[in-house]
Amino acid sequence: MYLNQFLLLSAFLFCAGFYGVLTRKHSVLVLMSIELMLAAVNLNFVAFGAFRADVVGQVFALFVLTIAAAEVGVGLAIVLLIYRNLKSSNPDDLDTLKG
Amino acid sequence: MLGAQLLVAENAFFYVIAAVMAYGAIRVVTTNNIVHAALYLVVVLAGGAAQYLLLGQEFVAWVQVIVYIGAVIVLFLFGIMLTRAPMKAEEKLTNDLRGAALIPTGLLAAILATLCLDAFSDKTVDLVSPIRTKAVTSAIFRGYLVPFEVVGVLLLGALIGAVVLARRD
Repeated sequence: MYLNQFLLLSAFLFCAGFYGVLTRKHSVLVLMSIELMLAAVNLNFVAFGAFRADVVGQVFALFVLTIAAAEVGVGLAIVLLIYRNLKSSNPDDLDTLKG
Repeated sequence: MLGAQLLVAENAFFYVIAAVMAYGAIRVVTTNNIVHAALYLVVVLAGGAAQYLLLGQEFVAWVQVIVYIGAVIVLFLFGIMLTRAPMKAEEKLTNDLRGAALIPTGLLAAILATLCLDAFSDKTVDLVSPIRTKAVTSAIFRGYLVPFEVVGVLLLGALIGAVVLARRD
């Protein structure tokens, strides 16, 4: 199988996540789009690991997975805090710093 | 490497899963039902795990199932409930940038696709040598022991940080 099959799938997933980050109106959905991008990066790591028949790809994918889990935990805590203070979960409402 | 691109069953498996993943990814970023978005994310992540299995990387595939599908999605559903997100698909969950955001997205897609096609178009993946879990664990606990410990401390920090942030005083 060609390496490019996996790389292009991963690029597609990354672009979908990018589009979601730009267009979503709910913070939880923005976090989901970021997860999509991280999953795409993981697919790249694993594909290159298989391509080189090396274990490093898998090790790095595991590190990315761990960071993603931590990121979701802290991210959702922040979303919750914002919701409690502003009664809104739309990231466009966070314009307190706007002049 | 004989006939590396002629593996019909593997290629069929890849393309079916890839199509499901692509559809799921599009639905994650476009659906107006927030719970459906979480469930489509499950579809994409499960498809990713299937691709890892296809590539012979079993350990990370099952970790993906346990951590992402088991834990992260549940966290997302808790987040949806706690922010009292609209459960019904009544109001739009995408902002007015729907059309404009396609331009940078398309640009990014073009750049990534050009790079991949330019650099790796003749490279093939050898599917007959799966990587054993034993090799992964020895790599983590020998060559990558310090990053492993750092990640452990980071998880502890994230745990405490999340508790502190979400606590009601």
